[in-house]
Amino acid sequence: MLSHYLLHLADDALIMSQRLSEWTGHGPVLEQDIALTNIALDYLGQARNFYQYAAVLTGAEATEDSLAMLRLEHEFKNHLLVELPNGDWGQTVLKVFFFSAYQKLLMQQLVNCPDEQVRGIAEKSLKEVSYHLRWSREWVLRLGDGTAESHERMRQALDQVWMYTGELFEQPDYQQGWVDYNAIKTAWMETMWQTLEEAAIANSTGGGRLAAGFQTGGLKGQHTEHLGYILAEMQYLQRAYPNSTW
Amino acid sequence: MNTDQPTIARILEQVTDPEIPVLTIADLGILRGVEWDEASQQWMVSTTPTYSGCPATDLISMQIRLALLSHGIQNFVIRQVLSPAWTTDWMTEAGKEKLRQYGIAPPVGKAMDEALLENTIVPCPRCGSQHTKLVSAFSSTACKAFYECQDCLEPFDHFKCH
Repeated sequence: MLSHYLLHLADDALIMSQRLSEWTGHGPVLEQDIALTNIALDYLGQARNFYQYAAVLTGAEATEDSLAMLRLEHEFKNHLLVELPNGDWGQTVLKVFFFSAYQKLLMQQLVNCPDEQVRGIAEKSLKEVSYHLRWSREWVLRLGDGTAESHERMRQALDQVWMYTGELFEQPDYQQGWVDYNAIKTAWMETMWQTLEEAAIANSTGGGRLAAGFQTGGLKGQHTEHLGYILAEMQYLQRAYPNSTW
Repeated sequence: MNTDQPTIARILEQVTDPEIPVLTIADLGILRGVEWDEASQQWMVSTTPTYSGCPATDLISMQIRLALLSHGIQNFVIRQVLSPAWTTDWMTEAGKEKLRQYGIAPPVGKAMDEALLENTIVPCPRCGSQHTKLVSAFSSTACKAFYECQDCLEPFDHFKCH
């Protein structure tokens, strides 16, 4: 169902945005605080574009706001990766790197899909995602191949986040047949190894860890405990004061 | 139809960007067209956002509404078109010059070229020096990057190619 696929794309962007916004005012230096806030804003814009289209297809009383603010955990279709806590700076930039590398490959395919509206949103998003990928990749390199401390933090981040990457290449039941997820996986892996090797942390995914089970369930609404807390905070105002506006 | 297309277009071309008030929406290239729709008997005003999440987008739509209403025009619809996606190539040359005089380095080169991202030389909008350094790929708004001039030492925003 197209509306479900749109919600899946929108939920990924919204939860990513909400999580990254937690850094606002807490970044290590002003420029990087602003960088992350800008990236979060791009995701929010992408989410709005997808929700607005989903609302039209859903009909009834649905609006972009009701879809974002009045659905429950099991109705959210985002990947588990985007709901993970931010952790330290290393974990945050690694998460952005993994996600933006995936999103770039996804958007590159969606710009050729048969749906005019989705093509337009993807075309717009693709330009933004390229900046996210470039920024996060630079940080992964800088920290991985940096001091002993930053290298160790990056290695730990990889340990914590890696098991959530497999889900990125799963085909959602409601996907429209527009995207070749296996092709995304192949290209994603290539970018990944190249960068992790350059960042001197490739060997820390060696051996058993790579083969370890990937966490999955988000696409079907089975989430980690973290999503409930995100929604509780994000949706609080609409739940407590229904229909309130600025 | 109570007025003609050039009149409407002239009114709209006066609407300025809320973040960079020296630029009009026509300079920026985000005003995509004004057409009379015979069927609905309305003016169709098309705009496009610079970035998906640009907060100025909603504000600009409101300013367009106010501008038309203040000229007594009420039969119009403002539509957002996403495709083709906005690019800095649509910014007018006059717009780029206004931007530079305002202290923001205009986009260098054509559209967003990933190869260019790495090595673009952005001249300082104040002293013209080519000896400048990228401080952050992100800046005060989504559409800008932050630079520093190595000669006059002024920090400045660059309207990044997109």
